[in-house]
Amino acid sequence: MAKVTMNKALCKSCGLCVTACPKQIIKISTTDMNNKGYFVAEVIDMEKCIGCAFCATMCPDCVIEVEK
Amino acid sequence: MKKVFEKPKMLTDVPFHYCPGCSHGIVHRMVASAIDKLNAEKVIGVAPVGCAVFAYDYFNCDMQEAAHGRAPAVATGIKRTNPDAIVFAYQGDGDLASIGMAEIVHAAARSENITVIFINNAIYGMTGGQMAPTTMIGQKATTCQQGRSVELNGYPIHVSEMLAQLQGPCYIERVSTHDVKHVKQAEKAIDRAFRNQAEGKGFSLVEVLSSCPTNWGKNPLDAMKWVEEEMCKIYPLGVFKDTAKEEK
Repeated sequence: MAKVTMNKALCKSCGLCVTACPKQIIKISTTDMNNKGYFVAEVIDMEKCIGCAFCATMCPDCVIEVEK
Repeated sequence: MKKVFEKPKMLTDVPFHYCPGCSHGIVHRMVASAIDKLNAEKVIGVAPVGCAVFAYDYFNCDMQEAAHGRAPAVATGIKRTNPDAIVFAYQGDGDLASIGMAEIVHAAARSENITVIFINNAIYGMTGGQMAPTTMIGQKATTCQQGRSVELNGYPIHVSEMLAQLQGPCYIERVSTHDVKHVKQAEKAIDRAFRNQAEGKGFSLVEVLSSCPTNWGKNPLDAMKWVEEEMCKIYPLGVFKDTAKEEK
């Protein structure tokens, strides 16, 4: 199982990680907002994560760390 | 569990000021991880004028701010006085392709042993979306609101193709950042450009097609799609010069 850690404070809600995820398990939250005022990206089903790090590859703000 | 992806050590903890979805962040990360891989003792970067003007805050190495467009000239001086250091210039299209055109052409012609990363987003970002030398025919900008016309504004400049005509450069490639596959290819190209310098081969330039969601008036996802569908058509991806291959 893989684990994705998001540094929510840096997220700018651009959504590039959402489209990059082959398992489609990343969503932009509708409730969780960071100090900058952006709704942050979150993983909705960590069990399905395969640790490909595609989300982190596309993230322009180095928000995402991936462990496998 | 072991980390398969983390922020490169060559980046500081300062959060990027770029707009949401801007490719500058992706390219900063790629440049930083390429430098990490070299394990170089001394790295000196040259920051441009433009959106990436604060690059000196983000890279965890010595940085020098250059006057508008003069990054390759400043990098030349730094490299010649510090031949052991890895020296790179990071420039946008308003910087490199307009006011800095003379500097980049002559640095390439002299085959200075530096690496230049050229961000092409077909518009002036920082100053508010004016037409750049790389703005495409028909593309709207604040200084060509009906779209760029050939009669009035002429044709866009294809920097990679132009520099590849020179004998000096060692390696010139155009890459894109619109999806994972192309970002991975861009990573390889940037790695290669830095390795060339470490091996003393000469001038390397990587042109990266980037998105500018704010000034294009698109959301980040549509902007990436626009890079893929429109920009890649006008600015074809690929290697334009590779002396290592020519020798074979």
